[in-house]
Amino acid sequence: MLIPRWLLSDRAGLVLLAVLAILGIGVPILSLWTPPDHPLHLSAYTVTLLGKYLCYALLAVAVDLVWGYMGILSLGHAAFFALGGYCFGMYLMRQIGTRGVYGDPVLPDFMVFLNWKELPWYWYGFDHFSFALLMVLVVPGLLAFVFGWFAFRSRVSGVYLSIITQALTYALMLAFFRNEMGFGGNNGLTDFKDVLGYPIHDDGTRIVLFILSILALAGGYLLCRWLVSTRMGRVLVAIRDAEDRARFLGYRVEQVKVLVFTLSAMLAGIAGALYVPQVGIINPGEFAPINSIEAVIWVAVGGRGTLVGAVVGAVLINYAKSWLTGALPEVWLFALGGLFVAVTLLLPRGLIGLLRPRETTT
Amino acid sequence: MPSCIPVRAWLAACMLALAALCGSPAAYAGDDELSATLIQFRDADFDGKTELVEKLVVLDNPRVAVILNALSDSRLYFQEDPGRVVIGLGDGSEITIEDAVTGAALGQVGKRDLDRITANNRLRSLIEDRLASLGLSSADPSQRRAAIDVFLRNPDPAGVPRLQARLAVETDAKTRQLLTVALALADLANPDATVRAKAATDLGGQLQPEIRGRLAKAATEDSDPAVREAAQRALSHTQFRLQMLGWAETLFFGLSLGSVLILAAIGLAVTFGVMGVINMAHGELMMLGAYTTWLVQQWLPVNWSLPVAVPLAFLVTALVGIAIERGVIRFLYGRPLETLLATFGISLILQQAVRTIFSPLNRSVSAPDWMSGTFAIGPLEVTMNRLVILGFCIAVFALLWLALQRTRLGLEVRAVSQNRAMARAMGVPSARVDALTFGLGSGVAGVAGVALSQLTNVGPNLGQSYIVDSFMVVVFGGVGNLWGTLVAGLSLGVANKVLEPWTGAVLAKIVVLVFLILFIQKRPRGLFPQRGRAAEV
Repeated sequence: MLIPRWLLSDRAGLVLLAVLAILGIGVPILSLWTPPDHPLHLSAYTVTLLGKYLCYALLAVAVDLVWGYMGILSLGHAAFFALGGYCFGMYLMRQIGTRGVYGDPVLPDFMVFLNWKELPWYWYGFDHFSFALLMVLVVPGLLAFVFGWFAFRSRVSGVYLSIITQALTYALMLAFFRNEMGFGGNNGLTDFKDVLGYPIHDDGTRIVLFILSILALAGGYLLCRWLVSTRMGRVLVAIRDAEDRARFLGYRVEQVKVLVFTLSAMLAGIAGALYVPQVGIINPGEFAPINSIEAVIWVAVGGRGTLVGAVVGAVLINYAKSWLTGALPEVWLFALGGLFVAVTLLLPRGLIGLLRPRETTT
Repeated sequence: MPSCIPVRAWLAACMLALAALCGSPAAYAGDDELSATLIQFRDADFDGKTELVEKLVVLDNPRVAVILNALSDSRLYFQEDPGRVVIGLGDGSEITIEDAVTGAALGQVGKRDLDRITANNRLRSLIEDRLASLGLSSADPSQRRAAIDVFLRNPDPAGVPRLQARLAVETDAKTRQLLTVALALADLANPDATVRAKAATDLGGQLQPEIRGRLAKAATEDSDPAVREAAQRALSHTQFRLQMLGWAETLFFGLSLGSVLILAAIGLAVTFGVMGVINMAHGELMMLGAYTTWLVQQWLPVNWSLPVAVPLAFLVTALVGIAIERGVIRFLYGRPLETLLATFGISLILQQAVRTIFSPLNRSVSAPDWMSGTFAIGPLEVTMNRLVILGFCIAVFALLWLALQRTRLGLEVRAVSQNRAMARAMGVPSARVDALTFGLGSGVAGVAGVALSQLTNVGPNLGQSYIVDSFMVVVFGGVGNLWGTLVAGLSLGVANKVLEPWTGAVLAKIVVLVFLILFIQKRPRGLFPQRGRAAEV
């Protein structure tokens, strides 16, 4: 059998993968090989926007893995997203080289501006693409591992965990706002020129980044889907529904939690790393607690514990956001706030729950 | 009683003496001499004026200070018509004048009828100096101390005899003390080394920068080693006092920050701590309280606005809180994470509502007069508004504590939070209690908003900046424990301010946050966990 059973039984997932495949083929054709005045032509702006949605969708999948399946409501997942983004942003900063405003071959502009004489040690190695990629996984993963190791072992759970994850991302935001941190302070990292030698604003580069986002989302989805279909996935659900019972049955609840939390943080980091070159900037605002909470609401709207729902929610809400903040900026927060209330009160199982009224979420 | 009459006579004598001291200026004995001297100003050149000023100073007449001030400000005039010296009050073509000698009001005259008595800068500095020593004999002790302060800033050896003379008759303890310090400062220049050493020792612990400067100079430059050592010791004494003062200041700033944290968290201690409801819209309720203050100030004079705003803000936010509870939260009891999301949605709606109604810009709330300025506790100067807010915080805490411990509602609230089923069985209407508790917590948040409006900008984002802090305070103190919230708020505030000199404001905040994150890992139930069955979640 070419397709494993766990995937074959997941019809919604197959639809999602098919849609992603169509996008992966269709978007490059419509964007690169149609004349600009063709009605179906996709502008570079649209491609970037779609790529952004895909990154958010991957973040939502990561949130859904820990919240939907393991019952950990993390209000700090945007921190892992932003850390991944910063890691890749540092690589992009080093690629600018002498083309910066001050033309310093080693130091990024903001360091020259702050009168720094040499590169801080934690910037070493980020001129290598492979090192930066490694860090995109390691930095968020390590933070999640250390944080989870302490939090889960001392059995901080439920609301308390939510609050301290929020405090974590808030503390990181304050830290990254400081110029002394060496990450560009308020302005963050921006003004990127090229990635692996390809100009970052080139249409071709954008398409490649878009396809990479599709692959990352598909890969992240498959990984999570596979994980929750294994025996391990059943332990996750057991932890969500009755943590003490799972512990009494002999499962190492803390280890499972730390492992999955770390995995989820790495996925968020990858999403952030793909987000930065497409958007062209990363700044401390990405750490703001509201971003993490928004990611949670994408999952809640789509349907928690479904993975596909997370993707649907992220794309729909962000599409609505782009449209509303452009057309009716006043209404956007009313709509988002109303959505929070309506979904929690009326649609506890999200939009996917509407499609599958009887089925259980596992 | 035989002793009655002498006592009365003695009293009468005292009254007479008092009357002589502060009686009407017109009855003053030296007035003729004063007017005679003043008239001479008309034809005197600057040297002559200098002499005349010296003459005036020794006259011992209370009008002299007023006249010299007027001369220094170029407000002293000669009026030709009756031939007298007058003081002008104000400027312009028509000047209100008063008699220089008696101070009697003389109405308005045209500027052309007056002849200005001019002064130059040398004369002005002379007047300033002479006024200072004149202040020494003023009847008002604070005036006398001001005069001594002038000497402290610029110790002129010529002033020493005046100070010594004053010390002999001075009765006010504070002024005596200041005089001793001033004389010690003068003694630092004494040719006798033992006098200098004693003076240096006496000056130890005095905080004025001028004295510290002189001591430091003596400690390095004095020719006598004993004096240098004494000055050194005195300086370290001063240093110690300065350090203590610095600590006291840090403590006050910490308590002040702590009071803000407590105000922000105390409403949450009710809704989250007692009811277990995660209310992410808590910050926005504070924002509503702050906007209520602003609205009240549109209608009432600033000085009266706060006493009106406090109950009004309580009412407004309590009603909003009850509406939130009845409309949303009651459907979500037992599902804390969903409550968190729904109330976050409400917070976004409230923010945008304020933005749409009042504009996205910050509104300025003015401070009433009685909250501005500073207040001195010993050598420590504290700003009035922070002191008032500290007191306000304690009052709010006390009232809330009494409400929870001593009222029927408080009893029912505690009963429901400890064991809902049992409380219902005993006839407590739990739904009503839930709504009222949430209203109480929200109302307290609104009251906190009134206080915050005096410290920060009132804008749609006011609440967001406090939400993380206030949750941390409640969790740190221990959920369901008002005293824990008090202790946690104050200690976090002080810790923040103690760290600040080393780390800077932002890093101090980060350090405190990281500490809290670690602390919660170690003791998930906070400083003062609730014991017993009520603590089971």
